[in-house]
Amino acid sequence: MFARLRNDFPILDTRIGESPLSYLDSGATSQKPQCVIDTFTEYYSQRNAAVHRGAHSLAVMATEAFEAGRDAVANLVGGAPEQVCWTKNATEALNIVALGIDRASRGLGGDEAARFALGPGDSIVVTEMEHHANLVPWQQLARSTGARLRWLPVTDSGELDLTDLGGIVDATTKVFAFTHVSNVLGTINPVETLVARAREVGALVVLDACQSVPHMPVDFPALDVDFAAFSAHKALGPTGLGVLWGRTELLDSLPPVLTGGSMITTVTMDEAEFMPAPQRFEAGTQPVAEVAAFATALGYLAEVGLDKVLDHERELVRVLLDGIAEIPGIRVLGSAENRIGAVAFDVAGVHAHDVGQYLDSQGVAVRVGHHCAQPLHRRFGVTASTRASTYLYNDVEDCRRFLTALAEVRPFFGVTDAEAAS
Amino acid sequence: MTDQMQQLYQQVILDHSRARTGNAALLREAAAGAHGYSHQVNPTCGDEIELETELETGGGLSVRWTGDGCSISMASASVLAELAAESTAERMLEIEAKFHELMHSRGTMEADEEILGDAAAFTGVSKFPARIKCALLAWMAFKDALSQAQSSLEEK
Repeated sequence: MFARLRNDFPILDTRIGESPLSYLDSGATSQKPQCVIDTFTEYYSQRNAAVHRGAHSLAVMATEAFEAGRDAVANLVGGAPEQVCWTKNATEALNIVALGIDRASRGLGGDEAARFALGPGDSIVVTEMEHHANLVPWQQLARSTGARLRWLPVTDSGELDLTDLGGIVDATTKVFAFTHVSNVLGTINPVETLVARAREVGALVVLDACQSVPHMPVDFPALDVDFAAFSAHKALGPTGLGVLWGRTELLDSLPPVLTGGSMITTVTMDEAEFMPAPQRFEAGTQPVAEVAAFATALGYLAEVGLDKVLDHERELVRVLLDGIAEIPGIRVLGSAENRIGAVAFDVAGVHAHDVGQYLDSQGVAVRVGHHCAQPLHRRFGVTASTRASTYLYNDVEDCRRFLTALAEVRPFFGVTDAEAAS
Repeated sequence: MTDQMQQLYQQVILDHSRARTGNAALLREAAAGAHGYSHQVNPTCGDEIELETELETGGGLSVRWTGDGCSISMASASVLAELAAESTAERMLEIEAKFHELMHSRGTMEADEEILGDAAAFTGVSKFPARIKCALLAWMAFKDALSQAQSSLEEK
């Protein structure tokens, strides 16, 4: 089945110079199937109108498309459609939670929001493998409220070190924010264990699901998280759209940070009342065409089956890891067994940028740099790495092309083993 | 191998990226003459350089740097230090201006080897928009450090 899927992605026919394209950068953003691309044309040529206002037929159709997107997300990750709030990306979704807690800590949002308030003596816990999007907002929140920021360290194998989980997440912990899957290492974290500890101390759980939702079956209610964030563009959908998922009672009491039109009930010259979720977090004109296109993307993923996607990518990552092990001078960061199809590595004697440049000359697209996870790279003693990441449209041929090109990198840059070791 | 790759990674660049001129511990406060220091980071890739330049009373100058980055950024710093050792500050600013122009030429400019010396080897980099900043990182640090050194010379 997966061999046929490839034909649904027109961009994969692109040639890079003389080489066919092997796109191994889906961890950064995924490519789009034709049906998703077509949805934009179809939406703007047949259904475009402002949503949630106006009584005309187009407005009704546009609103239906917009709300159907919410249903599609809820079908995929669980919960009710009202638990799905549209944001511009996952970063914004995480910031809405952190900034909402900040507002609650300043007394905004009334008694309902008091449950979120943080102050000196409280702690926020993250992990050493977070993407900057799930680290910096919490640093800011700690600075603003006087709460302490603590983190779970990462082991040499690229997994969370749970040795002192009970000491790090303790009675002072009010927020525990962590990623489901590392965007660099591909490690799948033990959400159940982490959530269980959060429940013991009454901490809110915020899950960064950017790298899990596109690649494996995920059920937020079953995972028992309080908030979760992910983006559309990593899951075959368009850029400019993210999701904040949350428990209804929490969403309805979290103070919104973006305020204005479309999110209020009554407004006087002095004050305003806010709508319940999801509208309370959706101020201003929304990306309706993007939502419609994302619904198409999720329909596509559902048809393929995310369990099958995970199996397919695990086969590919095995080919990548076995192949890399045969090439001298390559150190893979992390060695977790429970992982998705992402592999980050260091090439002895060659900087990641030069590795990426050489691979590109062979038509192989990978990510280079710190992948928005500088602390994690520091943990592994490097400032940058090269990351190959797969998706459902990749095949063994992509992996083979990548491995052939990777084996040529050190010879091209004239690096000998003796030199690299020094 | 594509021609563009060979143009990008000239042998001169690969050589300088491995045997680096001026890549030495910074003197900091121990620097005797008028000197300046600059720390530049390329936030998109994390490439980093710390560069120090010292103006000698006779008009000569020296450059020391430490850094971490790709072959283009490290080779560029090395070539810069080599050129600085045989140039005056005025001459180096002339080279800097020419190099800057070359990097933003998108491959349409012929490098003036008379002025640029080994820096002419970076001509191919200008065809790779994502790598121009790599080549310019050390030169940005140099310009910043030199202007500090010049101010400190005027004060003396």
